[in-house]
Amino acid sequence: MPTNIAPSERSASRGASAFDVERIRRDFPILTQRIHGKPLVYLDNAATTQKPQSVIDAMVRSYAVDNANIHRGVHLLSERATQAYEESRIKVQKFLNAPNPREIIFVRGTTEAINLVAQTFGRVNLGKGDEVLITEMEHHSNIVPWQMICEEKGAQLKVLPITDAGELRMDLLDGMLTNRTKIVAVAHVSNSLGTINPIKTIVERAHERGIPVLVDGAQAVAHMPVDVQALGCDFYAMSGHKLFGPTGIGVLYGRLRLLEAMPPYQGGGDMISAVSFKKTTYNVVPNKFEAGTPNIAGSVGLGAAIDYVKSLDFTAVAAYESELLAYGTAALSAVPGIRIVGTASHKASVLSFVMDDVHPHDIGTILDQEGVAIRTGHHCTQPLMERLCLPATARASLALYNTKEEIDALVGALSKVREIFA
Amino acid sequence: MDLRELYQEVILDHNKRPRNFRVPDPVNRKAEGYNPLCGDKITVFLYVEGDVIKDLGFQGTGCAISKASASMMTDALKGKTLDEANTFFDQFHDMVTTPANVEVKSEALGKMAVLAGVREYPMRVKCASLAWHTLKAAMQAENHVVSTE
Repeated sequence: MPTNIAPSERSASRGASAFDVERIRRDFPILTQRIHGKPLVYLDNAATTQKPQSVIDAMVRSYAVDNANIHRGVHLLSERATQAYEESRIKVQKFLNAPNPREIIFVRGTTEAINLVAQTFGRVNLGKGDEVLITEMEHHSNIVPWQMICEEKGAQLKVLPITDAGELRMDLLDGMLTNRTKIVAVAHVSNSLGTINPIKTIVERAHERGIPVLVDGAQAVAHMPVDVQALGCDFYAMSGHKLFGPTGIGVLYGRLRLLEAMPPYQGGGDMISAVSFKKTTYNVVPNKFEAGTPNIAGSVGLGAAIDYVKSLDFTAVAAYESELLAYGTAALSAVPGIRIVGTASHKASVLSFVMDDVHPHDIGTILDQEGVAIRTGHHCTQPLMERLCLPATARASLALYNTKEEIDALVGALSKVREIFA
Repeated sequence: MDLRELYQEVILDHNKRPRNFRVPDPVNRKAEGYNPLCGDKITVFLYVEGDVIKDLGFQGTGCAISKASASMMTDALKGKTLDEANTFFDQFHDMVTTPANVEVKSEALGKMAVLAGVREYPMRVKCASLAWHTLKAAMQAENHVVSTE
């Protein structure tokens, strides 16, 4: 990004009307740094997003001013910490439009949220010969937890295939929902392809047969408004760090009726209401699933991240991002020898690509020298890569602070790759 | 560091036209190598007679660094004894794992010394060493997958 252009000219050149990306960029301190002497172009947002100053400040305040353990403390600091923690729960509830704050369980991230459901819901509902339905584009975190519980219970993992463009084979869905299917687990947005899956339709079809649906929302929450009631899903998993919040904090939304019927996940403090050596009575939802001292500062940081996102016009954000994605798609398609992987008609934020005769790993190293951060590899979706007959892809993933100039920098850096591998 | 020091001509050449990129016939030892970081997979095939590597080759997918490394390795080891190959392994390993500011003796490695450039790119050291770890497994006839992790 050139620094010698007046801000007015710059925003004019970006052509986004309702959305002032220059103002947004100023909220993220990390973006001003240089990498190998070049301005940082951060295009690895599907791996983790950067944090606005307000999130960093909220976490510092949590430790510098309000730090104490939550629940049961009678002193003022504990009261303040408890209040901050529970306020974050309500912020998440409103953000996801969940009916009840008790349906929001704090976990470490999307991975733990899915493991929680597999190890509790799965443990009591799966039996020999039962089935779990996932899809071919799932992240390892929405494959392995199910594999583990299926193996333990003698259940079967079924996989809904995708098309070459990277869309779910919805025509096959009905046939794969059987009277043995106990749960469907599907990504809202694919981390490798950017495909936005038709969650509402999947939920409707599953619910017709009384099958609950878990949605892996890790890649969705930073790019579109999510309303769990409108989606109709029974579980929704997300990570704070992919929503401009801290690492180590995430959320499982679960329908209260299901959560109440599920056994606890881990045992320990805070998840009990009474303990004796003969018998323990478990606490109510959500505490039943939150054993031990939780990530208090993390929850506060996540709350601040939600405040930040809510201070923006999310419709304008989504419009800006889709303009950016279209721009990036056109720009990359114009580079000779580059093929975009994942060409679904509904896509968000992800530009996966391969380049003739150049391995993604080499692309990544050369781009880094140009200050452009992308991810290369299998993106924790090895079965998907196998399906696409690719060992790896290079992946540029966008967030609301990215600009068309950064896409141009990516394309410019790719010409360096071509130069070296001429 | 200039990228050209990592991607030297000889590396680019071996990437483009990898030597011994084939399954030798006959073969009596092989091993698979895998780099979970990037998904690279390589199989190294050996035909060992007595203690001499009579023939060797490799198959698989990988980045320029891993392919060039495998190509140069197979080129260098044909006709060598297993002991000599082990010495090469040690020297190569030393070269790519020595900190970038420390000089390494790499004359014995011949043109493979061009791979010393990976020392500047810690994330890429595994790319250069994958073929060698796989070779070591093949020499010991461990018929299972080795991993650089």
